[in-house]
Amino acid sequence: MSNSMIWLIVGLAVVTYIPRMIPLVFFNSDKIPPVIQNVLKNVPFAILGALIFPGILTINDDMMFGVIGAVAAIVAAYLGANLIVVVMFAVAVLSTYAYFI
Amino acid sequence: MEAIVTKSDSDFVDGLKAGVSIAVGYMPVALTFGLLARTTGLTLYEAVLMSILVFAGAAQYITLSLIAIGTGAFEIIFTIFIVNIRHLLMSASINEKVEADTPWKKAVYAFGITDETFTVSATKKGALTTGYMFGLCLISYSSWVIFTGGGYIAGATLPEVIQQGMSVALYAMFVGLLIPSAKKSRKVLFLAGLAAIFNSILTLAQFPTGWAIVIATLLSSIIVEWFIGRGTNE
Repeated sequence: MSNSMIWLIVGLAVVTYIPRMIPLVFFNSDKIPPVIQNVLKNVPFAILGALIFPGILTINDDMMFGVIGAVAAIVAAYLGANLIVVVMFAVAVLSTYAYFI
Repeated sequence: MEAIVTKSDSDFVDGLKAGVSIAVGYMPVALTFGLLARTTGLTLYEAVLMSILVFAGAAQYITLSLIAIGTGAFEIIFTIFIVNIRHLLMSASINEKVEADTPWKKAVYAFGITDETFTVSATKKGALTTGYMFGLCLISYSSWVIFTGGGYIAGATLPEVIQQGMSVALYAMFVGLLIPSAKKSRKVLFLAGLAAIFNSILTLAQFPTGWAIVIATLLSSIIVEWFIGRGTNE
């Protein structure tokens, strides 16, 4: 293992851990104004939207991969399938598509 | 009082169960990371060490691509810091939902906060216990580290068609987390839709990924709060 690679990895570990740790360890919920608390409660659902789109369109050079995968997942989830079933179903549908093109 | 004794155990198991989807979703991503790390010229130990110490999919992929084009260490580290800015927001949001506990325990599971463990825990109903967070993060982390090594050693173990299909696994999980809440609450639909639109605009404008996600998320969280106000969004 090269020394410079180890230092790079350690540096990456530090800049990855710090943003994850600071708010959890040093923020005190009681002291955060209610307005900001409400905004923070919106974050999970907003971030889901940002994580899904437009990223899903670029999982493959063929943009249809993202479209088909998304539609499969939406249908399964809308019908109330368990999370793991949603994932497996989308993978199965997309594998079938990949097999036929 | 018995309930209290057994409580942390079952919460831990609940966390493990909730993390199964993530562990499955990480499998192809980690296998591919292992593969790419080999082609980028990292040794097996370097690739696995990176997954052990960093535990961040996007950051690790971007690192490989930056190493491949010969970027200097400082620039790589700074770029990854920008990519990780979004975790500040996630961690602050999770802090509103977790049970109070000693700082060192929170500091330990804070290491396990990724896009995926965050979204699973944040969309769970009710408060989050320390036991649950440990279970959720542990199974996700194990999958990430083990399959990084597996990918490096075994190369392409899965048939090509399945590998292509699995590329959607994590996105499918995000969709699966969003839809049930969006069915019940119009506010959730607005939050996600607006953030998706902002993120698309910022991505087209070539904003760095980390900033694009942070700005899109904050804008839609603030705008929706402003216009719709404090409705429940569980």
